[in-house]
Amino acid sequence: MAKVFIYPATSLMLSDLVARYGHKPLGSALSVREHIQAGGFDSPPLQITPEDPKKGLHWAAVEVPSGVRGRMSLYGPLVEEADAAIIIEESDFAFGCMGCARTNELLIFLLKQKGVPVLELSYPKTKEEGVTFVASIRTFLAELGGEKA
Amino acid sequence: MKEYNPEYVGTETKYIFVDSPTTTPQDLAIAAYEVAMGVMIKETCFGVQVTGTPDEVRRIVERLRKIDPFHIFIKDRGFPPGDERRCRANLGGSRPGYLGHEYEIGLSRFISHGLKETDTMKPEDLKKTAQPFKREPPLDIEELASIIEEEA
Repeated sequence: MAKVFIYPATSLMLSDLVARYGHKPLGSALSVREHIQAGGFDSPPLQITPEDPKKGLHWAAVEVPSGVRGRMSLYGPLVEEADAAIIIEESDFAFGCMGCARTNELLIFLLKQKGVPVLELSYPKTKEEGVTFVASIRTFLAELGGEKA
Repeated sequence: MKEYNPEYVGTETKYIFVDSPTTTPQDLAIAAYEVAMGVMIKETCFGVQVTGTPDEVRRIVERLRKIDPFHIFIKDRGFPPGDERRCRANLGGSRPGYLGHEYEIGLSRFISHGLKETDTMKPEDLKKTAQPFKREPPLDIEELASIIEEEA
């Protein structure tokens, strides 16, 4: 079973398909869960404390805005853990503020730098593209080993 | 700053979405309660949420996926159901994260079709069907210039 980073990290479809074919999807829910289940000082809504942008320094330089570094404290450990990645290019719903946009760019850069197998796709717009989308993901995951579906 | 005492430590929550002509969230909730054995199940408009230890959640999720495998989609959730920081009962308006789900569930009919079609395919056929991502070529500078001239 490989750990597959999914981008957009909140994607329902990628999360489902990766788990369906026997691998572990690495999405933002895992990091958020870890944060909100850890004790400490109350810092709603995501329990991001002043310590997190410091942790983010591991992946982003000090002159990078703290918003990016804070986000990287959620995503960075997942990128480190990833054995592979599936990226949906130009996904509309990953659109956000400048902090999100820069974090997304940095995430894709880090994944490609890491040298793990990366599958790039776009969201299907027709039924035929749906078949291609699922077949591409299935083939990619089967090559990682451990397909069960 | 006040102390933070987390709830439901050691549990995980999964979203189970259904977009099917034959299965409703209520069907899923009933099936989940049949095998719940004390695990927290919450029925929603799009499916159900299951909160429990990882083993319990895996057992229920595997059971539910079998009901309508091509139309049920599952993902992790960071927060437990009803958490005041996320629940729309406390915040008003849509729940943060709802728009992403709304966007992707709109694509579910294509993915469901893809799942159905690829289900019986052999690995060789899957490889033939899989296509590399094609990035659209950037707009040609001369074409851009002609558009500007037309608009002017």
